[in-house]
Amino acid sequence: MAVLVDITKCIGCGGCSVACKLYNKLDFKAKPRNKKDGKVELDDNRWTVIQANRTQDKLRFVKKQCLHCLEPACASACFSKAIQKDEKTGAVVYYPDLCVGCRYCLVACPYSIPKYQWNEQFPQVAKCQMCDTRLQNGDAPACVSACTTGCLTSGKRDDLLKRAHEIIDNDPRYVKHIYGEHEVGGAEWLYISDVPFEELGFKQVSETPVTSYSKSYLSKVPGFAVAWALFLAGLGYYNHRVEKNKKSDDNDKGQEG
Amino acid sequence: MKVYKCFRILGWDFTITPVRFVLTGFVALMVVAVVLRLLTGFQYVTNLTDETPWGMWIAFDVMCGVALAGGGYSTALLVSMFRCKQYEEVTRGALLTSLLGYILVMAGLFLDIGQWFNFWRPFVSWGYTSVLFEVFWCISIYTTILSFEFFEIITERILVKKLHKYVVKILPILIVIGLVFPVLHQSSLGGLFLIMKEKMFPLWWSEFLPIYFLMSSFFVGSAMVAVETSLAKNAYGHEIRHEVMLGMSRIGAGVMFAYFVLKLYDLFEKHEWGYVFQGSLQSNMYCIEMLFGIIIPLIIIFSPLSKKRGGILAYSWLVVLGVVLNRLNCVFTSMYESGSYFPGVGEIIVSVGLISMGILIYCFLVENFNIIGNERAVQIKIDKDKDIKNLIWTLLRTKKR
Repeated sequence: MAVLVDITKCIGCGGCSVACKLYNKLDFKAKPRNKKDGKVELDDNRWTVIQANRTQDKLRFVKKQCLHCLEPACASACFSKAIQKDEKTGAVVYYPDLCVGCRYCLVACPYSIPKYQWNEQFPQVAKCQMCDTRLQNGDAPACVSACTTGCLTSGKRDDLLKRAHEIIDNDPRYVKHIYGEHEVGGAEWLYISDVPFEELGFKQVSETPVTSYSKSYLSKVPGFAVAWALFLAGLGYYNHRVEKNKKSDDNDKGQEG
Repeated sequence: MKVYKCFRILGWDFTITPVRFVLTGFVALMVVAVVLRLLTGFQYVTNLTDETPWGMWIAFDVMCGVALAGGGYSTALLVSMFRCKQYEEVTRGALLTSLLGYILVMAGLFLDIGQWFNFWRPFVSWGYTSVLFEVFWCISIYTTILSFEFFEIITERILVKKLHKYVVKILPILIVIGLVFPVLHQSSLGGLFLIMKEKMFPLWWSEFLPIYFLMSSFFVGSAMVAVETSLAKNAYGHEIRHEVMLGMSRIGAGVMFAYFVLKLYDLFEKHEWGYVFQGSLQSNMYCIEMLFGIIIPLIIIFSPLSKKRGGILAYSWLVVLGVVLNRLNCVFTSMYESGSYFPGVGEIIVSVGLISMGILIYCFLVENFNIIGNERAVQIKIDKDKDIKNLIWTLLRTKKR
């Protein structure tokens, strides 16, 4: 399941973030923990936020949440499999029971999406789960269902990509780029806009999935470990033989003398 | 020569000095902070935020701790594998520092994880795609192996008849295994950063990061041994011949030179010279790290300055601080955004307490087991009450000479 966000259609009503809090039982009273340039950022009680951007003559609202990458860095970084990508729905889901709390996912995510419950006694990671239980029943995520302007549409990623391409190709207002199509390997959430993405605070990232670097490193480790161990064992055995020969030489000499 | 008062309780020596009183005080403070942290979470003890989820405990206690504990494996590699028997006298000290280093690292890690009762999860729920998974397994196994290796020294005094001969027999196997794992996880600590390509400042991110971390842990190993023995010399009058220290430092410096060349190659290949002289915070920190941590130590060690004790000591301190700076840069400077993080009082108390605990355990073990050359070391009293002052003075004097 994927979601297409048409930024031109958002009026910034915030209905999606209210729906998110209601469905995920987040705290409405919690004060915003993270602010940047006057904008409220995601935190442990805000899995999605709407950020207003005034550029030249236009006012645009950008919905921010986990992009649910096709090659999620957070899931790949988790050493206890507490974050996994649901094969069927495509959602990147967090399993608190497995979580150790190392916060490698927070550091690994190229978009810095996962947040942490810093005020809890036994804190957990907080991020959009794409309402995975709803997706499994064939429903759309809570935010998409709540959207009244048609800014958010959910569907199969291929279909949405096709539709997005149709829109940006036929309408000259749009920027000829779909954010999320190729970014760090692609994501389930796709954005189209009539204002350049960098002006809306979207992070410019390369198209190579960041997981490929750690993957290629880890693939070399076992071979290297075996070779290194064999080398050390061989050297150790050689040293052992040298000492033994030296000892028997000394013994021979001792007997002759 | 005077020695400190020493109490013998049940056959174990306990020396009491003013410095150790202070250290014990630090440990007591740490215990309070640790209890508070484990019961209330991060909010009162740390200054961690979503922007800086990894703070002082990871950057300093874990990253630097593991690197500085590299002395154990680098000397073991030289002495038992490449048969540089002339360095044998430092192996036991290096082994002990490594073991203590790793135990403190594990303690630091344990405090840093949010759901600490879940620390065993990765043993059963294998997140094998994560570099941290490799680090976790390797550090756990290596600490176990190190304790077994150290057990040989322990069984020289207790359980001699029952265990010592068995421990000695399996020691060669332990040493081989004990050389595989540190190499793996020193490099994978660098590998941790590979996934942060989009976040790190380009001067620090490189595909060679695992190799950089491995090489730097090797050369900081010998430097740390030099620092440690010079401190032990001041406290215990135990001296290691200059040629031994020089030889070890030169081997380390050789690796350091290779590290330097590789870093230069990286800069040329990725055309990053523009970043180096940009004048921003990141580029300045990079220049400081390279100049004082790599270039100046290299000049010292390959010049006549190294013939003096002070030269080697200066080299070692610079290298140690340089590697510490490198690790801190990788965690903080390279991912610098607003700079709102500064370690909280609780974080500092815990770090200081952990180090104090390490020093206290080191002193106790050195005074009761054959580690630095004599069966039981005795701490010399330099002056009646000006212990710390004198320690600093002796350090300064050796540098001047």
